[in-house]
Amino acid sequence: MSETPLLEVENLAVHFPIRSGGFLVTGPGRAWLRAVDGVSFSLQAGETLGIVGESGCGKSTLGRGVLRLIEPTAGRIAWLGEELGSLGNEALRAKRRDMQIIFQDPLASLNPRMTIGSIIAEPLITHEPGLTKAEVNQRVREVMDETGLLPTMINRYPHEFSGGQCQRVGIARAMILRPKLIVCDEPVSALDVSIQGQIINLLMQLQRDFGLALLFISHDLSVIRHISHRILVLYLGKVMEVAGRDSLYLAPRHPYTRALISAVPIPDPALEREKKRIVLEGDLPSPIDPPSGCVFRTRCAHATARCAESEPPLENVDAGHQVACHHWRELGGGPSS
Amino acid sequence: MNALLDVVDLTIRFSTPDGEVTAGDRIAFHIDAGQTVGLVGESGSGKSQAVLALMGLLAKNGRAEGSVRFQGKDLLTLSASDMNKIRGVDIAMIFQDPMTALNPYLTISRQMTEVLIEHQGADAASAKKKSVELLDLVGIPGAAGRIDLYPHEFSGGMRQRVMIAMALLCEPKLLIADEPTTALDVTVQAQILELLQSIREERDMAILLITHDLGVIAGLADRVLVMYGGRIVEEGPVGPVFLEPAHPYTKGLLRSSPRLDEIRGDHLATIPGQPPNLQALPKGCAFAPRCERRFEPCEGEAPSLEAFEPGRARACHLDGPP
Repeated sequence: MSETPLLEVENLAVHFPIRSGGFLVTGPGRAWLRAVDGVSFSLQAGETLGIVGESGCGKSTLGRGVLRLIEPTAGRIAWLGEELGSLGNEALRAKRRDMQIIFQDPLASLNPRMTIGSIIAEPLITHEPGLTKAEVNQRVREVMDETGLLPTMINRYPHEFSGGQCQRVGIARAMILRPKLIVCDEPVSALDVSIQGQIINLLMQLQRDFGLALLFISHDLSVIRHISHRILVLYLGKVMEVAGRDSLYLAPRHPYTRALISAVPIPDPALEREKKRIVLEGDLPSPIDPPSGCVFRTRCAHATARCAESEPPLENVDAGHQVACHHWRELGGGPSS
Repeated sequence: MNALLDVVDLTIRFSTPDGEVTAGDRIAFHIDAGQTVGLVGESGSGKSQAVLALMGLLAKNGRAEGSVRFQGKDLLTLSASDMNKIRGVDIAMIFQDPMTALNPYLTISRQMTEVLIEHQGADAASAKKKSVELLDLVGIPGAAGRIDLYPHEFSGGMRQRVMIAMALLCEPKLLIADEPTTALDVTVQAQILELLQSIREERDMAILLITHDLGVIAGLADRVLVMYGGRIVEEGPVGPVFLEPAHPYTKGLLRSSPRLDEIRGDHLATIPGQPPNLQALPKGCAFAPRCERRFEPCEGEAPSLEAFEPGRARACHLDGPP
């Protein structure tokens, strides 16, 4: 990779201290919840990296940690080669205009007492306080047009809008500063199927028009497959597998990725009924007391003693495809083997 | 054939401060013994209200008309005490969120044995024995030891298993499952779907499965009902409906879901516009404002659900395919 990536994340960790019985225990006895534990990836300008995992795998914390909305415990984040962790609040704020975020619950993320117009204008007024009212208004109308909102809606309030339209408002607010990166935290999960597609198409259109990079966080593998160029599979705060979307879906290497893919119901009765599903036993272990070695071993059909002893490193399978499993060589490739 | 459940012209109205709202309009369908019927629809399609109406659980301002015959009895005309003898016994229900459906103050044991003691006059010891057996059946490890725990001590997937065990206590003939896996992770969803499948085969129990996930329907249901704007717009066996949908809405829904097994180009097909507001339904077909095959008759009168081949019906003014 010759180009400097837009975003480079190395060994990012976000740990939360645990309160027990209402008291924050300090000192060596203190327990930690390891929400994100040593995650590395890079993102090129104009690229979509999908982050997929089940609830509690740390995917939302990862998105917030990258933007330093939650202060990471350890690790390095570089923005166009420049270290973000060392920046002071003022300098970080200036960088933030390039990095925006949209959320899962479109209505809850909009202030109910502000009009759509003032919600969308807010980041602009914050970052460019010198603009006149007319200039702000002009920019708001432009971005509303780009995101499929009618300019006549500018003085309405969020409760007058449907979920899909509220998500468009969230996207317009994120887009008004012309950012280079948008972190999308489950942006279509709360929407009806017929509306999901509209929002996905909008995000992909904006990416083509403005060269946006997207960090697309979702639990929905079908949506992730459609929108991403590359995909990172997260389990209990750790990276299990990273690959281009086609190699991940057509030739997954990690037993967890395989189980995840095989578990997704496909809307085709013939395929769905003959499909061999890998059903994982049990539930996600607690991130407060994760298993030793490989965190997935307690639910893995291929686990051996070695998996409990040492943590598997991320190894290269081929160009752009990495997997963290001691046994990936024996397990072979292909989705069904 | 004698259907287990036969719903005829079920209409559900709510009186609200803003006037009358029709949440269900002449809903008609049947479920045969042992059959699994899927009910698909987006939020506001009226699918949950339809189910609440047939269970006699509508909110106070709601009224249901029509008839809901279950094993020959019209549920809508039953007294509250007669309905209580059917609910939870012959018809059981599981919900999307097991945490809000379980009482957080009572142990699982108490909540399960109560059902058997109330409905079947069982004594405490045999009720507990049967409860443990069912928890075993739904795959809760160490059921005998865990039955005395409280709901919060179980994970989401385990709680849904507890709900299913509880629904099975009186060996119902019909299980109504309202979005049973929507709140669960995909690997846990796979476990619960597998469980429902095996229970269905073992007990010859009918299931009415309500979900917005077409994939879940494809895997589990024999027949499918598609609801839009308070009405059933298409019904038929799962295979033909998914392969050749007859209603433009069903077709649009199938086309607009991103699929794991194929790449659909850069642009997803979508259904333009928004789902309808039940408070202000258009005069004609509720789907007409979003339908690409709309023509004059669609704005005039709502089409009724009519059979066009054996076992399949649609509510659409079109002559040919959608």
